[in-house]
Amino acid sequence: MVGASSNALRPSYTVFSYLRTQTPFNVTPINPTIRDIDGVSAYPSLAAYAKERGAPDVVDVFRRPSELVEVTREAIEAGAKAIWFQYGVINDDAIRLADQAGLDVVVDRCMKVEYARFHGGLTTSGLNSGLITSRWQRLSS
Amino acid sequence: MNDRAFGFATRAIHAGTPPDPATGSRVAPIYQTAAFVFGSTEEAAELFQLRSYGHIYSRISNPTVAAFEERIASLEGGLGAVACSSGLAAQLCTVLTLARSGDHLLCSQNVYGGTITQLSVTVKRMGIDTTFAPVDDLAALSAGIRPNTKMLFAETIGNPSGVLADLDALAALAHSHGIPLVVDNTFATPYLCRPIEHGADIVLHSATKFISGHGTTIGGVLIESGKFPWGNGTFPLLSEPSPGYHQKVFTETFGEYAFLMRARAEVLRDVGAQLAPMDAWLLLLGLETLALRMEAHVRNARAIAEFLHKRPEVAWVSYTQGAVFAFGIRGGRETARRFIDALELWSHLANVGDAKSLVIHPASTTHSQLSDEELRNAGVAPEGIRLSVGLEDVADLEWDLDNALRTACGQMAESRAL
Repeated sequence: MVGASSNALRPSYTVFSYLRTQTPFNVTPINPTIRDIDGVSAYPSLAAYAKERGAPDVVDVFRRPSELVEVTREAIEAGAKAIWFQYGVINDDAIRLADQAGLDVVVDRCMKVEYARFHGGLTTSGLNSGLITSRWQRLSS
Repeated sequence: MNDRAFGFATRAIHAGTPPDPATGSRVAPIYQTAAFVFGSTEEAAELFQLRSYGHIYSRISNPTVAAFEERIASLEGGLGAVACSSGLAAQLCTVLTLARSGDHLLCSQNVYGGTITQLSVTVKRMGIDTTFAPVDDLAALSAGIRPNTKMLFAETIGNPSGVLADLDALAALAHSHGIPLVVDNTFATPYLCRPIEHGADIVLHSATKFISGHGTTIGGVLIESGKFPWGNGTFPLLSEPSPGYHQKVFTETFGEYAFLMRARAEVLRDVGAQLAPMDAWLLLLGLETLALRMEAHVRNARAIAEFLHKRPEVAWVSYTQGAVFAFGIRGGRETARRFIDALELWSHLANVGDAKSLVIHPASTTHSQLSDEELRNAGVAPEGIRLSVGLEDVADLEWDLDNALRTACGQMAESRAL
Protein backbone atom coordinates (compact mmCIF):
# COMPACT_ATOMS: atom_id res chain seq x y z
CA MET A 1 0.00 0.00 0.00
CA VAL A 2 1.74 3.12 -1.27
CA GLY A 3 1.08 6.10 0.99
CA ALA A 4 -0.20 4.02 3.93
CA SER A 5 -0.31 6.21 7.02
CA SER A 6 0.18 5.31 10.67
CA ASN A 7 -2.12 8.24 11.59
CA ALA A 8 -5.41 6.63 12.64
CA LEU A 9 -7.39 9.59 11.30
CA ARG A 10 -6.26 9.03 7.71
CA PRO A 11 -8.37 7.00 5.26
CA SER A 12 -5.29 4.98 4.26
CA TYR A 13 -4.90 3.78 7.85
CA THR A 14 -8.59 2.76 7.88
CA VAL A 15 -8.14 0.68 4.74
CA PHE A 16 -4.78 -0.74 5.85
CA SER A 17 -6.15 -1.75 9.21
CA TYR A 18 -9.22 -3.37 7.63
CA LEU A 19 -7.23 -5.30 5.04
CA ARG A 20 -4.76 -6.46 7.70
CA THR A 21 -7.31 -7.57 10.30
CA GLN A 22 -10.38 -8.61 8.29
CA THR A 23 -9.00 -10.18 5.11
CA PRO A 24 -6.50 -12.93 4.25
CA PHE A 25 -4.39 -10.40 2.30
CA ASN A 26 -0.76 -9.90 3.20
CA VAL A 27 -0.55 -6.09 3.15
CA THR A 28 2.62 -4.04 3.52
CA PRO A 29 3.00 -0.25 3.94
CA ILE A 30 5.21 1.60 1.44
CA ASN A 31 6.09 4.92 3.06
CA PRO A 32 9.59 6.37 3.63
CA THR A 33 8.40 8.48 6.59
CA ILE A 34 7.29 5.64 8.90
CA ARG A 35 8.86 2.50 10.37
CA ASP A 36 5.74 0.39 10.69
CA ILE A 37 1.96 0.36 11.07
CA ASP A 38 0.67 -1.67 14.01
CA GLY A 39 3.84 -3.78 13.93
CA VAL A 40 3.92 -4.38 10.16
CA SER A 41 7.25 -3.07 8.87
CA ALA A 42 7.13 -0.40 6.18
CA TYR A 43 9.38 -0.23 3.11
CA PRO A 44 10.61 3.15 1.87
CA SER A 45 9.82 2.36 -1.77
CA LEU A 46 8.30 -0.26 -4.06
CA ALA A 47 11.81 -1.00 -5.33
CA ALA A 48 13.01 -1.75 -1.80
CA TYR A 49 9.97 -3.99 -1.27
CA ALA A 50 10.47 -5.89 -4.54
CA LYS A 51 14.17 -6.42 -3.86
CA GLU A 52 13.45 -8.15 -0.57
CA ARG A 53 9.97 -9.66 -1.09
CA GLY A 54 9.57 -10.04 -4.86
CA ALA A 55 6.88 -8.62 -7.12
CA PRO A 56 3.68 -7.47 -5.39
CA ASP A 57 0.34 -8.82 -6.67
CA VAL A 58 -1.43 -5.48 -6.31
CA VAL A 59 -0.20 -1.97 -5.57
CA ASP A 60 -2.92 -0.01 -3.71
CA VAL A 61 -2.28 3.74 -4.03
CA PHE A 62 -3.09 6.59 -1.62
CA ARG A 63 -1.11 9.46 -3.19
CA ARG A 64 -1.79 12.87 -4.70
CA PRO A 65 -2.82 12.76 -8.39
CA SER A 66 0.33 14.70 -9.35
CA GLU A 67 2.53 11.87 -8.03
CA LEU A 68 0.74 9.00 -9.73
CA VAL A 69 2.81 8.76 -12.91
CA GLU A 70 5.93 8.23 -10.80
CA VAL A 71 4.17 5.71 -8.53
CA THR A 72 2.89 3.85 -11.59
CA ARG A 73 6.42 3.67 -13.08
CA GLU A 74 7.69 2.23 -9.80
CA ALA A 75 4.85 -0.29 -9.70
CA ILE A 76 5.61 -1.45 -13.24
CA GLU A 77 9.32 -1.77 -12.43
CA ALA A 78 8.51 -3.71 -9.26
CA GLY A 79 6.59 -6.24 -11.41
CA ALA A 80 3.12 -5.53 -10.01
CA LYS A 81 0.27 -7.39 -11.74
CA ALA A 82 -2.34 -4.76 -10.87
CA ILE A 83 -2.57 -1.19 -9.65
CA TRP A 84 -5.49 0.13 -7.63
CA PHE A 85 -6.14 3.87 -7.26
CA GLN A 86 -8.30 4.75 -4.24
CA TYR A 87 -11.11 7.35 -4.02
CA GLY A 88 -10.08 10.60 -5.72
CA VAL A 89 -6.65 9.18 -6.61
CA ILE A 90 -7.00 9.87 -10.34
CA ASN A 91 -4.48 10.73 -13.06
CA ASP A 92 -5.24 9.90 -16.71
CA ASP A 93 -1.56 9.67 -17.69
CA ALA A 94 -0.90 7.19 -14.91
CA ILE A 95 -3.94 5.10 -15.90
CA ARG A 96 -2.75 5.02 -19.54
CA LEU A 97 0.78 4.10 -18.50
CA ALA A 98 -0.37 1.21 -16.32
CA ASP A 99 -2.82 0.01 -18.96
CA GLN A 100 -0.16 0.03 -21.69
CA ALA A 101 2.19 -1.94 -19.44
CA GLY A 102 -0.49 -4.64 -19.18
CA LEU A 103 -1.44 -4.12 -15.53
CA ASP A 104 -5.03 -4.52 -14.37
CA VAL A 105 -6.16 -1.03 -13.33
CA VAL A 106 -8.85 -0.01 -10.83
CA VAL A 107 -9.66 3.70 -10.47
CA ASP A 108 -11.60 5.72 -7.87
CA ARG A 109 -12.64 2.66 -5.87
CA CYS A 110 -11.90 1.61 -2.30
CA MET A 111 -10.38 -1.84 -1.80
CA LYS A 112 -12.02 -2.08 1.61
CA VAL A 113 -15.48 -1.42 0.18
CA GLU A 114 -15.00 -3.78 -2.75
CA TYR A 115 -13.71 -6.56 -0.49
CA ALA A 116 -16.70 -6.04 1.81
CA ARG A 117 -19.10 -6.20 -1.14
CA PHE A 118 -18.21 -9.86 -1.71
CA HIS A 119 -17.77 -10.88 1.94
CA GLY A 120 -20.94 -9.61 3.60
CA GLY A 121 -19.58 -6.32 4.93
CA LEU A 122 -21.78 -4.03 2.86
CA THR A 123 -24.79 -6.07 3.85
CA THR A 124 -24.30 -5.15 7.50
CA SER A 125 -24.55 -1.44 6.64
CA GLY A 126 -27.70 -1.39 4.50
CA LEU A 127 -25.67 -0.93 1.33
CA ASN A 128 -26.78 -2.36 -1.98
CA SER A 129 -24.35 -5.24 -2.59
CA GLY A 130 -26.13 -6.31 -5.79
CA LEU A 131 -25.99 -9.92 -4.61
CA ILE A 132 -29.05 -12.10 -5.28
CA THR A 133 -28.80 -15.77 -4.35
CA SER A 134 -30.76 -18.57 -2.76
CA ARG A 135 -27.64 -20.64 -2.11
CA TRP A 136 -26.58 -21.08 1.47
CA GLN A 137 -23.17 -19.52 1.96
CA ARG A 138 -22.36 -21.02 5.34
CA LEU A 139 -20.36 -19.22 7.95
CA SER A 140 -16.91 -20.73 8.21
CA SER A 141 -15.74 -21.05 11.77
CA MET B 1 -21.63 -14.16 -8.10
CA ASN B 2 -23.39 -13.72 -11.43
CA ASP B 3 -23.77 -10.54 -13.47
CA ARG B 4 -27.45 -10.86 -14.20
CA ALA B 5 -29.54 -7.69 -13.82
CA PHE B 6 -32.52 -9.17 -11.98
CA GLY B 7 -36.00 -7.71 -12.45
CA PHE B 8 -38.03 -5.67 -10.00
CA ALA B 9 -40.25 -8.45 -8.67
CA THR B 10 -37.25 -10.76 -8.19
CA ARG B 11 -35.32 -8.11 -6.26
CA ALA B 12 -38.42 -7.27 -4.19
CA ILE B 13 -38.36 -10.89 -2.99
CA HIS B 14 -34.61 -11.61 -2.82
CA ALA B 15 -32.50 -8.45 -2.42
CA GLY B 16 -30.92 -8.21 1.02
CA THR B 17 -32.00 -11.68 2.09
CA PRO B 18 -29.75 -14.53 1.00
CA PRO B 19 -30.21 -17.61 3.22
CA ASP B 20 -29.09 -16.82 6.76
CA PRO B 21 -25.34 -17.63 6.85
CA ALA B 22 -25.55 -19.11 10.36
CA THR B 23 -28.59 -21.39 10.03
CA GLY B 24 -29.72 -21.55 6.40
CA SER B 25 -33.06 -20.02 7.39
CA ARG B 26 -34.64 -18.98 4.09
CA VAL B 27 -36.69 -16.19 5.67
CA ALA B 28 -34.61 -13.37 7.16
CA PRO B 29 -34.39 -14.00 10.92
CA ILE B 30 -35.62 -11.31 13.30
CA TYR B 31 -32.46 -10.35 15.16
CA GLN B 32 -34.28 -9.15 18.27
CA THR B 33 -31.23 -7.97 20.17
CA ALA B 34 -30.07 -4.62 21.47
CA ALA B 35 -26.36 -5.34 21.12
CA PHE B 36 -23.78 -7.65 19.55
CA VAL B 37 -20.74 -9.19 21.24
CA PHE B 38 -17.25 -8.29 20.05
CA GLY B 39 -14.82 -11.02 19.08
CA SER B 40 -11.97 -9.21 20.85
CA THR B 41 -11.06 -5.80 22.21
CA GLU B 42 -9.16 -5.12 18.96
CA GLU B 43 -12.27 -5.96 16.91
CA ALA B 44 -14.38 -3.70 19.12
CA ALA B 45 -12.01 -0.79 18.56
CA GLU B 46 -12.01 -1.34 14.79
CA LEU B 47 -15.82 -1.30 14.76
CA PHE B 48 -16.12 1.85 16.88
CA GLN B 49 -13.63 3.66 14.64
CA LEU B 50 -15.70 2.66 11.56
CA ARG B 51 -12.70 0.76 10.26
CA SER B 52 -14.49 -2.56 9.84
CA TYR B 53 -18.02 -3.70 9.08
CA GLY B 54 -20.23 -5.26 11.69
CA HIS B 55 -22.95 -4.59 14.21
CA ILE B 56 -22.38 -2.89 17.56
CA TYR B 57 -25.76 -1.79 18.83
CA SER B 58 -29.20 -1.85 17.17
CA ARG B 59 -29.60 1.93 17.44
CA ILE B 60 -26.97 2.15 14.70
CA SER B 61 -27.45 -1.07 12.71
CA ASN B 62 -29.09 -4.47 12.96
CA PRO B 63 -29.03 -7.42 10.52
CA THR B 64 -32.82 -7.55 9.98
CA VAL B 65 -32.99 -3.80 9.50
CA ALA B 66 -29.99 -3.95 7.15
CA ALA B 67 -31.77 -6.57 5.03
CA PHE B 68 -34.72 -4.20 4.60
CA GLU B 69 -32.36 -1.31 3.82
CA GLU B 70 -30.57 -3.29 1.13
CA ARG B 71 -33.85 -4.46 -0.43
CA ILE B 72 -35.37 -0.97 -0.73
CA ALA B 73 -32.01 0.43 -1.94
CA SER B 74 -32.01 -2.20 -4.67
CA LEU B 75 -35.60 -1.41 -5.71
CA GLU B 76 -34.94 2.33 -5.88
CA GLY B 77 -31.63 1.80 -7.70
CA GLY B 78 -29.65 3.43 -4.90
CA LEU B 79 -26.21 2.91 -3.40
CA GLY B 80 -27.64 2.13 0.02
CA ALA B 81 -30.25 3.08 2.57
CA VAL B 82 -30.72 4.05 6.20
CA ALA B 83 -33.98 2.95 7.82
CA CYS B 84 -35.63 5.10 10.47
CA SER B 85 -38.53 4.81 12.89
CA SER B 86 -40.88 6.79 10.60
CA GLY B 87 -40.98 8.76 7.37
CA LEU B 88 -40.63 12.02 9.28
CA ALA B 89 -37.62 10.60 11.13
CA ALA B 90 -36.00 9.73 7.77
CA GLN B 91 -36.72 13.26 6.61
CA LEU B 92 -35.21 14.81 9.75
CA CYS B 93 -32.11 12.60 9.48
CA THR B 94 -31.69 13.75 5.86
CA VAL B 95 -31.97 17.41 6.85
CA LEU B 96 -29.50 17.01 9.72
CA THR B 97 -26.98 15.16 7.53
CA LEU B 98 -26.93 18.06 5.06
CA ALA B 99 -27.71 21.21 7.06
CA ARG B 100 -26.96 22.98 10.32
CA SER B 101 -28.00 26.22 12.01
CA GLY B 102 -27.71 29.10 9.55
CA ASP B 103 -28.47 26.94 6.52
CA HIS B 104 -31.53 27.06 4.27
CA LEU B 105 -33.79 24.53 2.51
CA LEU B 106 -36.07 24.84 -0.51
CA CYS B 107 -39.28 22.80 -0.46
CA SER B 108 -42.26 22.21 -2.71
CA GLN B 109 -45.37 23.64 -1.07
CA ASN B 110 -47.44 20.75 -2.49
CA VAL B 111 -46.44 18.25 0.19
CA TYR B 112 -47.74 16.43 3.26
CA GLY B 113 -48.86 18.81 6.02
CA GLY B 114 -46.57 17.08 8.52
CA THR B 115 -43.59 17.85 6.30
CA ILE B 116 -44.49 21.53 6.10
CA THR B 117 -44.89 21.67 9.88
CA GLN B 118 -41.63 19.78 10.57
CA LEU B 119 -39.65 22.17 8.36
CA SER B 120 -41.44 25.43 9.12
CA VAL B 121 -41.66 24.96 12.90
CA THR B 122 -39.35 22.31 14.40
CA VAL B 123 -36.45 22.54 11.92
CA LYS B 124 -36.80 26.33 11.82
CA ARG B 125 -36.33 26.38 15.62
CA MET B 126 -32.97 24.68 15.00
CA GLY B 127 -31.93 27.69 12.91
CA ILE B 128 -32.56 26.12 9.50
CA ASP B 129 -35.00 28.17 7.39
CA THR B 130 -37.16 26.75 4.61
CA THR B 131 -38.64 28.53 1.59
CA PHE B 132 -41.77 26.93 0.08
CA ALA B 133 -42.76 27.35 -3.58
CA PRO B 134 -45.16 25.62 -5.99
CA VAL B 135 -43.61 22.41 -7.32
CA ASP B 136 -44.74 23.23 -10.86
CA ASP B 137 -43.31 26.79 -10.85
CA LEU B 138 -39.61 26.48 -11.71
CA ALA B 139 -39.12 30.26 -11.73
CA ALA B 140 -40.45 30.56 -8.18
CA LEU B 141 -38.36 27.61 -7.03
CA SER B 142 -35.26 29.03 -8.70
CA ALA B 143 -35.84 32.40 -7.04
CA GLY B 144 -35.96 30.61 -3.67
CA ILE B 145 -32.42 29.23 -3.90
CA ARG B 146 -29.86 31.04 -1.71
CA PRO B 147 -26.09 30.65 -1.33
CA ASN B 148 -26.72 28.65 1.89
CA THR B 149 -29.46 26.38 0.44
CA LYS B 150 -28.65 22.70 1.06
CA MET B 151 -31.43 20.81 -0.70
CA LEU B 152 -34.49 20.96 -2.93
CA PHE B 153 -37.31 18.78 -1.61
CA ALA B 154 -40.45 17.55 -3.41
CA GLU B 155 -42.95 14.70 -3.43
CA THR B 156 -43.26 12.56 -6.58
CA ILE B 157 -47.06 12.68 -6.22
CA GLY B 158 -48.18 15.53 -3.95
CA ASN B 159 -50.23 14.67 -0.86
CA PRO B 160 -53.20 15.12 -1.18
CA SER B 161 -53.40 17.30 -4.29
CA GLY B 162 -51.96 14.65 -6.61
CA VAL B 163 -49.78 17.21 -8.40
CA LEU B 164 -46.91 15.45 -10.16
CA ALA B 165 -43.33 16.71 -9.81
CA ASP B 166 -41.25 17.08 -12.99
CA LEU B 167 -38.29 15.33 -11.42
CA ASP B 168 -35.92 15.77 -14.38
CA ALA B 169 -36.50 19.54 -14.36
CA LEU B 170 -36.17 19.77 -10.56
CA ALA B 171 -32.94 17.75 -10.66
CA ALA B 172 -31.49 20.02 -13.34
CA LEU B 173 -32.40 23.10 -11.28
CA ALA B 174 -30.92 21.67 -8.07
CA HIS B 175 -27.73 20.43 -9.72
CA SER B 176 -27.14 23.76 -11.49
CA HIS B 177 -26.87 25.22 -7.97
CA GLY B 178 -24.72 22.39 -6.59
CA ILE B 179 -27.44 21.03 -4.30
CA PRO B 180 -29.18 17.62 -4.21
CA LEU B 181 -32.76 16.87 -5.18
CA VAL B 182 -34.49 15.04 -2.32
CA VAL B 183 -37.71 13.26 -3.32
CA ASP B 184 -40.39 11.75 -1.11
CA ASN B 185 -41.53 8.77 -3.21
CA THR B 186 -44.07 7.41 -0.73
CA PHE B 187 -47.16 7.69 -2.94
CA ALA B 188 -45.53 6.36 -6.13
CA THR B 189 -43.31 3.61 -4.63
CA PRO B 190 -40.34 2.40 -6.69
CA TYR B 191 -42.76 0.20 -8.63
CA LEU B 192 -44.42 3.22 -10.30
CA CYS B 193 -41.48 5.66 -10.31
CA ARG B 194 -37.78 5.49 -9.43
CA PRO B 195 -36.74 9.12 -8.84
CA ILE B 196 -33.01 8.30 -9.01
CA GLU B 197 -33.53 7.41 -12.69
CA HIS B 198 -34.82 10.98 -13.13
CA GLY B 199 -31.88 12.67 -11.41
CA ALA B 200 -32.93 12.60 -7.75
CA ASP B 201 -30.05 12.18 -5.30
CA ILE B 202 -31.90 11.13 -2.15
CA VAL B 203 -35.24 9.29 -2.00
CA LEU B 204 -37.39 9.18 1.13
CA HIS B 205 -40.28 6.94 2.08
CA SER B 206 -42.83 6.66 4.75
CA ALA B 207 -42.50 2.86 4.71
CA THR B 208 -45.71 2.80 6.73
CA LYS B 209 -47.66 3.14 3.49
CA PHE B 210 -47.38 0.91 0.39
CA ILE B 211 -44.07 -0.65 1.49
CA SER B 212 -45.70 -2.12 4.59
CA GLY B 213 -48.84 -2.46 2.53
CA HIS B 214 -51.04 -3.66 5.35
CA GLY B 215 -51.10 -0.79 7.83
CA THR B 216 -49.11 -2.79 10.40
CA THR B 217 -45.96 -0.77 10.88
CA ILE B 218 -44.62 2.74 11.34
CA GLY B 219 -41.31 3.09 9.51
CA GLY B 220 -39.27 5.26 7.20
CA VAL B 221 -36.18 5.06 5.06
CA LEU B 222 -33.75 7.27 3.15
CA ILE B 223 -31.99 5.98 0.03
CA GLU B 224 -29.05 7.71 -1.66
CA SER B 225 -27.92 7.42 -5.28
CA GLY B 226 -24.18 7.63 -4.64
CA LYS B 227 -23.86 10.02 -7.57
CA PHE B 228 -23.92 13.43 -5.89
CA PRO B 229 -20.49 15.15 -5.50
CA TRP B 230 -20.61 15.70 -1.71
CA GLY B 231 -17.12 17.17 -1.82
CA ASN B 232 -18.20 20.16 -3.95
CA GLY B 233 -17.62 22.58 -1.07
CA THR B 234 -21.28 23.17 -0.25
CA PHE B 235 -21.48 20.44 2.40
CA PRO B 236 -18.90 21.05 5.13
CA LEU B 237 -20.75 18.55 7.38
CA LEU B 238 -19.51 15.87 4.95
CA SER B 239 -16.25 17.32 3.66
CA GLU B 240 -14.67 18.84 6.78
CA PRO B 241 -13.33 17.04 9.88
CA SER B 242 -16.22 15.93 12.07
CA PRO B 243 -15.97 16.50 15.83
CA GLY B 244 -18.79 13.94 16.10
CA TYR B 245 -16.60 11.17 14.70
CA HIS B 246 -12.91 11.34 15.62
CA GLN B 247 -12.35 14.29 13.22
CA LYS B 248 -13.10 11.98 10.32
CA VAL B 249 -13.67 13.61 6.92
CA PHE B 250 -16.53 11.57 5.53
CA THR B 251 -15.95 12.38 1.85
CA GLU B 252 -12.26 11.51 2.14
CA THR B 253 -12.75 8.28 4.08
CA PHE B 254 -15.91 6.92 2.50
CA GLY B 255 -15.99 8.40 -1.02
CA GLU B 256 -19.43 7.96 -2.56
CA TYR B 257 -20.68 6.46 0.75
CA ALA B 258 -20.04 9.74 2.63
CA PHE B 259 -23.67 10.79 2.93
CA LEU B 260 -24.94 7.34 3.96
CA MET B 261 -22.14 6.86 6.48
CA ARG B 262 -22.69 10.22 8.17
CA ALA B 263 -26.48 9.75 8.14
CA ARG B 264 -26.02 6.47 10.04
CA ALA B 265 -22.90 6.80 12.14
CA GLU B 266 -23.52 10.34 13.36
CA VAL B 267 -27.09 11.47 12.77
CA LEU B 268 -29.08 8.28 13.34
CA ARG B 269 -26.74 7.44 16.22
CA ASP B 270 -27.42 10.82 17.87
CA VAL B 271 -31.11 11.23 16.98
CA GLY B 272 -31.92 7.66 18.04
CA ALA B 273 -34.81 7.23 15.59
CA GLN B 274 -33.89 3.72 14.45
CA LEU B 275 -36.24 1.14 12.96
CA ALA B 276 -36.98 -1.90 15.16
CA PRO B 277 -36.00 -5.37 13.86
CA MET B 278 -39.56 -6.73 14.07
CA ASP B 279 -40.80 -3.74 12.09
CA ALA B 280 -38.06 -4.18 9.49
CA TRP B 281 -39.17 -7.80 9.11
CA LEU B 282 -42.77 -6.73 8.45
CA LEU B 283 -41.55 -4.21 5.86
CA LEU B 284 -39.44 -6.91 4.16
CA LEU B 285 -42.54 -9.08 3.95
CA GLY B 286 -44.56 -6.17 2.58
CA LEU B 287 -42.03 -5.47 -0.18
CA GLU B 288 -42.28 -9.03 -1.48
CA THR B 289 -45.75 -8.31 -2.90
CA LEU B 290 -45.23 -4.62 -3.78
CA ALA B 291 -45.43 -5.15 -7.56
CA LEU B 292 -48.62 -7.23 -7.33
CA ARG B 293 -50.27 -4.88 -4.88
CA MET B 294 -49.45 -1.68 -6.78
CA GLU B 295 -50.94 -3.10 -9.99
CA ALA B 296 -54.17 -3.85 -8.12
CA HIS B 297 -54.15 -0.57 -6.14
CA VAL B 298 -53.82 1.47 -9.34
CA ARG B 299 -56.44 -0.58 -11.20
CA ASN B 300 -58.94 -0.11 -8.36
CA ALA B 301 -58.07 3.58 -7.90
CA ARG B 302 -58.70 4.35 -11.57
CA ALA B 303 -62.06 2.56 -11.40
CA ILE B 304 -63.08 4.51 -8.29
CA ALA B 305 -61.90 7.83 -9.80
CA GLU B 306 -64.02 7.17 -12.90
CA PHE B 307 -66.98 6.17 -10.72
CA LEU B 308 -66.76 9.41 -8.73
CA HIS B 309 -66.26 11.52 -11.83
CA LYS B 310 -69.67 10.43 -13.10
CA ARG B 311 -71.50 11.27 -9.85
CA PRO B 312 -73.50 14.51 -9.67
CA GLU B 313 -72.66 14.87 -5.93
CA VAL B 314 -68.97 15.17 -6.84
CA ALA B 315 -67.61 18.60 -7.77
CA TRP B 316 -64.14 17.51 -8.84
CA VAL B 317 -61.74 14.53 -8.87
CA SER B 318 -57.99 15.17 -8.82
CA TYR B 319 -56.71 11.75 -9.83
CA THR B 320 -53.28 11.79 -11.49
CA GLN B 321 -51.32 8.60 -10.69
CA GLY B 322 -51.06 5.95 -8.03
CA ALA B 323 -53.78 4.92 -5.60
CA VAL B 324 -54.24 8.01 -3.42
CA PHE B 325 -56.25 10.97 -4.62
CA ALA B 326 -58.73 13.59 -3.52
CA PHE B 327 -62.19 14.58 -4.65
CA GLY B 328 -64.47 17.46 -3.72
CA ILE B 329 -68.04 16.87 -2.63
CA ARG B 330 -70.74 19.41 -3.44
CA GLY B 331 -72.02 21.17 -0.32
CA GLY B 332 -68.62 21.81 1.27
CA ARG B 333 -67.18 20.83 4.64
CA GLU B 334 -70.49 19.80 6.32
CA THR B 335 -71.46 17.48 3.47
CA ALA B 336 -67.96 16.00 3.50
CA ARG B 337 -68.42 15.22 7.20
CA ARG B 338 -71.78 13.51 6.60
CA PHE B 339 -70.29 11.50 3.73
CA ILE B 340 -67.43 10.14 5.83
CA ASP B 341 -69.73 9.29 8.74
CA ALA B 342 -72.03 7.33 6.39
CA LEU B 343 -69.31 4.99 5.05
CA GLU B 344 -69.42 1.36 6.11
CA LEU B 345 -66.50 -0.38 4.37
CA TRP B 346 -63.99 2.46 3.87
CA SER B 347 -61.97 3.05 7.05
CA HIS B 348 -61.88 6.61 8.37
CA LEU B 349 -58.29 7.03 9.57
CA ALA B 350 -55.09 8.99 9.06
CA ASN B 351 -53.02 6.72 6.84
CA VAL B 352 -52.67 5.66 3.20
CA GLY B 353 -51.28 2.68 1.31
CA ASP B 354 -53.14 -0.04 3.20
CA ALA B 355 -54.74 -3.15 1.63
CA LYS B 356 -57.89 -1.68 3.19
CA SER B 357 -59.54 1.31 1.52
CA LEU B 358 -59.12 4.47 3.59
CA VAL B 359 -60.78 7.88 3.71
CA ILE B 360 -60.03 11.16 5.47
CA HIS B 361 -60.85 14.87 5.39
CA PRO B 362 -57.34 16.45 5.15
CA ALA B 363 -58.35 20.05 5.98
CA SER B 364 -59.48 19.01 9.47
CA THR B 365 -56.90 16.24 10.09
CA THR B 366 -53.59 15.55 8.29
CA HIS B 367 -53.21 19.18 7.19
CA SER B 368 -55.01 20.81 10.14
CA GLN B 369 -51.85 22.47 11.49
CA LEU B 370 -51.62 24.57 8.33
CA SER B 371 -52.94 28.11 8.00
CA ASP B 372 -55.68 28.85 5.46
CA GLU B 373 -53.05 30.20 3.10
CA GLU B 374 -50.84 27.14 3.56
CA LEU B 375 -53.88 24.92 2.94
CA ARG B 376 -54.61 26.70 -0.34
CA ASN B 377 -50.93 26.57 -1.33
CA ALA B 378 -50.77 22.84 -0.59
CA GLY B 379 -53.85 22.28 -2.75
CA VAL B 380 -56.08 21.25 0.15
CA ALA B 381 -59.67 22.39 -0.39
CA PRO B 382 -62.12 22.60 2.55
CA GLU B 383 -64.49 20.22 0.76
CA GLY B 384 -61.70 17.85 -0.33
CA ILE B 385 -61.81 14.21 0.72
CA ARG B 386 -58.72 12.01 0.37
CA LEU B 387 -59.10 8.38 -0.63
CA SER B 388 -56.50 5.63 -0.46
CA VAL B 389 -57.96 2.91 -2.62
CA GLY B 390 -57.33 -0.59 -1.27
CA LEU B 391 -57.52 -4.08 -2.65
CA GLU B 392 -61.15 -4.99 -1.97
CA ASP B 393 -63.65 -5.78 -4.75
CA VAL B 394 -64.31 -2.57 -6.66
CA ALA B 395 -68.05 -3.30 -6.73
CA ASP B 396 -68.11 -3.36 -2.92
CA LEU B 397 -66.15 -0.12 -2.68
CA GLU B 398 -68.52 1.55 -5.15
CA TRP B 399 -71.57 0.22 -3.26
CA ASP B 400 -70.30 1.88 -0.10
CA LEU B 401 -69.45 5.19 -1.83
CA ASP B 402 -72.87 5.20 -3.50
CA ASN B 403 -74.66 4.76 -0.17
CA ALA B 404 -72.62 7.46 1.52
CA LEU B 405 -73.01 9.96 -1.31
CA ARG B 406 -76.78 9.48 -1.24
CA THR B 407 -76.90 9.83 2.53
CA ALA B 408 -74.69 12.93 2.55
CA CYS B 409 -76.26 14.73 -0.37
CA GLY B 410 -79.88 13.65 0.11
CA GLN B 411 -82.76 13.27 -2.31
CA MET B 412 -81.62 16.07 -4.65
CA ALA B 413 -78.50 14.28 -5.66
CA GLU B 414 -80.30 10.97 -5.92
CA SER B 415 -82.82 12.34 -8.39
CA ARG B 416 -80.09 14.01 -10.41
CA ALA B 417 -78.15 10.78 -10.47
CA LEU B 418 -81.13 9.12 -12.11
